[in-house]
Amino acid sequence: MNEQSKPRVPDEVGVPDPFQYMHPVMKANYGNWDWHDRPRAGVLRHVAKSGDVIYTVRAGTQRQMDVFTIRKLADIGDKYADGHIRFTTRSNIEYMVAEEAKVAPLIAALNEAGFPVGGTGASVSMISHTQGWLHCDIPGTDASGVVKGLMDMLHEEFVQEKMPNRLRITTSCCQINCGGQGDIAVNVQYTKPPKINHDLVANVCERPAVVARCPVAAIRPAMVNGKPSLEVDEKKCVCCGACYPPCPPMQINGDDSTKIAIWVGGKHSNARSKPTFHKLAVANLPNNAPHWPEVKEVVRRIVEAYKADAKHWERMGEWIERIGWNRFFEMTDLAFTKHHLDTWTGARKSMNMSAHLHF
Amino acid sequence: MKDGDPKDQTGKHPTPHLDELEDGPWPSFVTGLKRLRDEGSDGNQKMMNDLLGQLNHSYENRMGYWKGGTVSVFGYGGGIIPRFSEVADKFPESKEFHTLRVMPPAGYHYTTDILRKMCDIWEEHGSGLIAFHGQSGDIMFQGCTTENTQKAFDALNEIGFDLGGAGPALRTAMSCVGHARCEQSCYDEVRAHRTIINKLLDEMHRPALPYKFKFKFSGCANDCVNAIHRADFAVIGTWRDDIKIDQEKVKEHVAEKGRKYTIDTVVSMCPTRAISLNDDDTLEIDNKSCVRCMHCINVMTKALSPGDDRGVSVMIGGKRALKIGDLMGIMVVPFMKLETDEDFEKLEEFAENVVEFFADNALEHERIGETIDRIGLPAFLEAMEIEVDPNMVNHPRTSCYVRTDDFDDEAAKWFERKAHKAGLSVGADD
Repeated sequence: MNEQSKPRVPDEVGVPDPFQYMHPVMKANYGNWDWHDRPRAGVLRHVAKSGDVIYTVRAGTQRQMDVFTIRKLADIGDKYADGHIRFTTRSNIEYMVAEEAKVAPLIAALNEAGFPVGGTGASVSMISHTQGWLHCDIPGTDASGVVKGLMDMLHEEFVQEKMPNRLRITTSCCQINCGGQGDIAVNVQYTKPPKINHDLVANVCERPAVVARCPVAAIRPAMVNGKPSLEVDEKKCVCCGACYPPCPPMQINGDDSTKIAIWVGGKHSNARSKPTFHKLAVANLPNNAPHWPEVKEVVRRIVEAYKADAKHWERMGEWIERIGWNRFFEMTDLAFTKHHLDTWTGARKSMNMSAHLHF
Repeated sequence: MKDGDPKDQTGKHPTPHLDELEDGPWPSFVTGLKRLRDEGSDGNQKMMNDLLGQLNHSYENRMGYWKGGTVSVFGYGGGIIPRFSEVADKFPESKEFHTLRVMPPAGYHYTTDILRKMCDIWEEHGSGLIAFHGQSGDIMFQGCTTENTQKAFDALNEIGFDLGGAGPALRTAMSCVGHARCEQSCYDEVRAHRTIINKLLDEMHRPALPYKFKFKFSGCANDCVNAIHRADFAVIGTWRDDIKIDQEKVKEHVAEKGRKYTIDTVVSMCPTRAISLNDDDTLEIDNKSCVRCMHCINVMTKALSPGDDRGVSVMIGGKRALKIGDLMGIMVVPFMKLETDEDFEKLEEFAENVVEFFADNALEHERIGETIDRIGLPAFLEAMEIEVDPNMVNHPRTSCYVRTDDFDDEAAKWFERKAHKAGLSVGADD
């Protein structure tokens, strides 16, 4: 092997040191901040114990960004901010500036370039979402498209802080739910057992691994048409799609079977109540690309009911806990069905084992 | 022209479904993809034309058309998400559309300069499409041919960036903005994040664990990086002493917001009824009952702040549905200081022990939360040499199905630990 063709040995640098990129005021006051407030929606003011001040202007992005968009954001950062930016966990971009006078021109520049300023405090922030048809190997829908439609609809709630508390929405393109827990979670929910291409299973799938992956032990090895394959006990199958990633011939997606469910009341923070998982609100909504009107309609109703009725600082789940599920289903005009009764391990703990009632 | 017709007279795939996603006030990813197709580098243009064609095809048929495979860079076994098109006959230029998962700087800080360098590299070697950031916490450089994957990685590595995790391995971690800007931060998140991940890097680059293992670092119980739900090992900032109160600022808050509003939003919302508003509009906090939930501090950001005796809690076992159902992390280390070099070494050692335990004891495709569920928390604590603590439970067991003939010995250990903490000596050899 000559010198030219020798592969380059990676420099295992690991997690990069952020101090080389950090705004100098943040670096100088690292670990020594005193308080913060929000002068307006989309703007944070943090004051250090030293008296130094840093303003943060937060703006929404499409997350899936082309280099032109990123360069445009960088141009704005150079011209109107101090050349230092960061991203939030929800793909909002944040510009930090040390002088208050820079805030208004920065906001104007972002708005001019089409980036909404907001996402702070009691707002609907950007939806955390998954890859979908654009890049995932097992997607039931296209999160980027769903998110675009929802954020267009909820744009006003991003640029102002008029919700009772923050409202965090997530979307996921399959039941693995990479989008995570949310006040509202818009997730693919499969409704039919996988359709098996028996010709391919033996060559593509490690059958014992697939059998082991099923949470309800519904998959077993079988000979089909003289070939080693797998079969699914469709009475047991919960249509979760867990067998599909290790065995793509077990196709879980289908025009007739890939539906969307909406869940409510998930919460990461420990503020007030302990963290919670989201709970089923409605299932079986059509996967109606490119606008998903049925999904948008339900999300709109839930957001409006929460906005109108929750008390300040109540998150979605806390609001529902106060008013009761009866009233939640009534206010959102959604049906309560037998499918809302949990049947999984630990389900009993989700039942009302008291005489506490809501009428 | 209907979908499926390969190209129009200009050589572009028609994208009637995607065209619908360009209007509206929110920035459109479709507009960005089209700009790469129309104005990007030669390589970007071709790849994005076919990518848009395939994506529109997905919208038409409501099906995804990517399959996985094996692609890696020299020296590493993970970090690339390979994607091969199943409809490459129709859309050949995007037949390979791999993602490089690249670890961001802790806390997601960048300069415009480094962003531009990333854009230049990805314009040359990839598709020009980058996500800040994926749900894994990585910068997602999406759309690379197999041939260019090594080149793209080399160039990114030259500017100081490294691949993140994928597959059954240590995954890319996340940390909140924390110390860099937030007064609520209770420990140095950057240092904890980099210390642990960079120590365990081999587990990321050469996947050999039973399944994925994730660390996340939040500076306080607001948990802005969603660690409790999403991390196998969640490090959450907290404090042991009293909440700090500036009573003058409390009075200002009450004067501004009103007494009723303050009672409704602060006093009544305290989960342990630990706060009351005095007649002179100052606050009284029963710190022994406070659970450090952060609510009152979130509301009164000027008047209240975490105490001075700060440190971290560690919660183990958070994950989503697969396979046994959703789990949140369990409180395993209620408090440890994280200030001195020795403190950080202790946390690092604990992280290594947990990952080693996971490697040795988890079944294939089992997350550590599931392992703990399977073997029981006491067995895990014993392996980690951690003493039981009431902060680990909502309440003691309600089931009587347990053998307790060594209860007195266990109780003696408890009193011994308590005495030890109080600086007293009990046992003859102590």
